[in-house]
Amino acid sequence: MIIRDLHKAYGRNEVLKGINLELPDGRITAVLGPNGSGKTTLIKCVLGMVIGQQGDILFDGKNIKNDWHYRRDIGYLPQIARFPENLKLRELIRMVKDIRNQPAYDSELISLFGLEPYLGKLLRHLSGGTRQKVNILIAFMFDCHYLILDEPTVGLDPLALIRFKDLLLRQKEMGKAVLLTTHMVSLVEELADEVIFILEGKIYFQGKIEDLKAQSNEQNLERAIAGILMNNGHV
Amino acid sequence: MLKYSFYDLSRSRWTYAYFLFFLLVTFGLLFFSYDISRTVISLMNIVLILCPLIGTLFGALYYYSSKEFIDLLLALPLLRRSIFLGKYLGLSLSLTISFILGTSIPLLFFGILASGALLNFLILLTAGVFLTFIFTGIAFLITIRFESPIKGFGVAIFVWLFLTLIYDGIFLLTLLFFEEYPQDKLALVLTLFNPVDLSRILIMLQLDISALMGYTGAVFRKFLGTGTGMLVAYSALTIWVVLPVMAFLRLARRKDF
Repeated sequence: MIIRDLHKAYGRNEVLKGINLELPDGRITAVLGPNGSGKTTLIKCVLGMVIGQQGDILFDGKNIKNDWHYRRDIGYLPQIARFPENLKLRELIRMVKDIRNQPAYDSELISLFGLEPYLGKLLRHLSGGTRQKVNILIAFMFDCHYLILDEPTVGLDPLALIRFKDLLLRQKEMGKAVLLTTHMVSLVEELADEVIFILEGKIYFQGKIEDLKAQSNEQNLERAIAGILMNNGHV
Repeated sequence: MLKYSFYDLSRSRWTYAYFLFFLLVTFGLLFFSYDISRTVISLMNIVLILCPLIGTLFGALYYYSSKEFIDLLLALPLLRRSIFLGKYLGLSLSLTISFILGTSIPLLFFGILASGALLNFLILLTAGVFLTFIFTGIAFLITIRFESPIKGFGVAIFVWLFLTLIYDGIFLLTLLFFEEYPQDKLALVLTLFNPVDLSRILIMLQLDISALMGYTGAVFRKFLGTGTGMLVAYSALTIWVVLPVMAFLRLARRKDF
């Protein structure tokens, strides 16, 4: 996946000001940045949910403008897990499978995250953490080449978090291209091959974690990030 | 897509409430009047107010409450148009089914098939179905335009109020104001621009109570009684269905979520 010079403004509020980015296969790329820096907007542009004013997004060499077939290759995890509340979990899974019409690996993931007891429950009765597990299930249950994950670990308990990390590493070994945003620094340090730091709609840094640390003279990634934010007027 | 919004709605209490409402009202009217023709006439007034109102309210309510569902679907490999068309058809169809079943079951029970009022009732059903589709479409168009539910609901209810009440007031005033001029054409055209009036007149003509409408009634009788007139009337209703839905889909295509 390649993004070329992507611009997006909501009215007068410019959110993305020329993003260039490439997502390599078999790598986990983490997008960092303060709240409101445009991470979610970037991801939504990739999904075609938000339409940029300028710039191109290419999947396997094809422009995604006015196309929807490319989404077959994307497993997407939205930031806020929102589902049709009148459906039971089992029905939601069946519906997504029916719509995507691709081979699914739902049963393994259901047992991995211990979702069996919730299959017959209505989605509106599920707790926040359980909803996040469902969110992960929906994003990972198809064999998609691209995984786009917006804050995947919010609300997960430690066991689920470890299982999620293992799952993600397995996907990486299978050669998938992963893009994720998170505020959890430990997750980035543990998983990410490359980080992209977005600040006010532009890419401030792109490269390895070590380089980011070196650039800001910090040993600790969390402090390095905080340092960048303070130097750029984010109090 | 249609299948799932339909399924989602068949779970909703509102769909059943709407069905039960019509069921009770129709049974009530039948018990009080013991007369099928009169029941159909009373139903007409209810249908003309209620089908637009429910289409408007449920349309807005459903769109705002299924935002999550839409968000989920947008990320899946689906064409935007099929998502939104599916939502629209899912709601209009389930409202239509509630309406048709709610009114038909009691009337069938009381033997409408054998009575002379069957054709009247069928016209009433047709008008109700048209109004449901028209106002659901208008509500969807308004709600996709306004992000905030309060604004969306406000505008949607205003449009309903305008088309069911205010328009008629303006209509009457215009007719009074231009009293000295021939008005049959004007009256006809003004009617075509309001789906509620159009449905009312179609039903009234069928019920043969157009004499009650005096002079304009005669004009409509003359025009709409003919094949061309009927064709024009039903085409106008169809355009009222299609235009808002097309505008809605156009907005949906370009919207950011």
